[in-house]
Amino acid sequence: MADTEFKPLDRLGIARRIAQDIPEGWFVNLGIGIPTTVSDFVPAEREVIFHAENGVIGIGPAPAEADINPWLVNAGVQPITLRTGGAYVHHADSFAIARGGHLDLCVLGAFEVAENGDIANWARSPSEPVKQVGGAMDLAVGAKRLWVAMEHNTKGSGESRIRRTCSYPLTAKGVVLRVYTDLAVLDVTPDGFAVRDMIPGLTFEALQARTDAPLRRG
Amino acid sequence: MIDKFVPNIQEAMAGIQDGATILLAGFKAGTPERLVKGLIEQGARNLTLVCNAGGGDDGPIAELLATEHVAKIVCSFVRPASVAARLYAQGKLELEIVPQGTLAERIRAAGAGVRGFYTPTAADTVLADGRETRVIDGKLCLLEYPIHGDVALIDAWQADRWGNLTHRESARNFNPIMAMAAKLAIVQTNHVVNLGDIPPEHVHTAGVFVQRVLHVPL
Repeated sequence: MADTEFKPLDRLGIARRIAQDIPEGWFVNLGIGIPTTVSDFVPAEREVIFHAENGVIGIGPAPAEADINPWLVNAGVQPITLRTGGAYVHHADSFAIARGGHLDLCVLGAFEVAENGDIANWARSPSEPVKQVGGAMDLAVGAKRLWVAMEHNTKGSGESRIRRTCSYPLTAKGVVLRVYTDLAVLDVTPDGFAVRDMIPGLTFEALQARTDAPLRRG
Repeated sequence: MIDKFVPNIQEAMAGIQDGATILLAGFKAGTPERLVKGLIEQGARNLTLVCNAGGGDDGPIAELLATEHVAKIVCSFVRPASVAARLYAQGKLELEIVPQGTLAERIRAAGAGVRGFYTPTAADTVLADGRETRVIDGKLCLLEYPIHGDVALIDAWQADRWGNLTHRESARNFNPIMAMAAKLAIVQTNHVVNLGDIPPEHVHTAGVFVQRVLHVPL
């Protein structure tokens, strides 16, 4: 069956795919998880400026063990470097960057995205004691473009994360423009999800079978 | 002569009252760990703690919570495996989750004398339930109030006797805005410098926002 003749991207593969679509000159925030690794796949000669919520403008490559500086971390508190031309700002200015429309792009991880662009990425229920809002709500409403990186289906039951409506508490309404999954790249349009790209060997029908929301050929 | 240096941790922490609101700066980097220890030793109880995240299983925030000095925490996220998550689940800790950019701006607003502001962040989410919203320029926005501190605990790289500060790399984060937002800003600094040694253009937190400085060498 044709169904088995494709190989889903791994998490780094999703990050690599996103990096292909980020042009020189953009100012970009990368969320925690898959998005964090996107910068590793943007070649240094393509000048993209990466922002971290804790006030870093111009994140460089990860440091070698011997060069780790405990004063310099990203939003996931991992050690980073600053590239030449970078700058530091305090937390309120850093979120002025996020909320004030200064970011060309933000890439976030998510639990679910709906066909109207709603995103859910901070809790699986409102009563859950684990509440990991962080900076996602500010970034989601503030960036000029919001893309999402996530696996197409849940690990256990294989449920679709690409949905007609989100079942988890929302991070923001109607803000996602594009979703990169291990199976496809989907654009959010006024008419719902349009398939922009699929991994080799995957058919539209097989993708639709794994997706809650109706898809259109892009 | 203005001299904000105090000789020891006891004098640094003197006078903090039960029930005080404590603004604790830091994003891993830039956390004034000696002052947090000092707060535990000082013994004030029933505190409201305002900080970026609820800490982990160990570290300064976890210790402050585990020793039951804190009645309420205001932060942007709580990790599943943390003292904060367990105390909250047991009903021993009140929790107010605030999106990170809103948290920073509420603190900045307090320091700046702004009595409230409207932001699109979280306006479309359960965090807005029962709260005042209005549509501005076609966008739903949520009314937010300032967060004032009785005390701010601040980390610095350098300080002079007027309390002018520099912060290293991403250790700046919440430090400048929390110093502004509290009646009593207590600083731990790695280095003591002479008045005038920090070039005026390079002062990150002006001394007018600082009341006490303790030298805590690396």
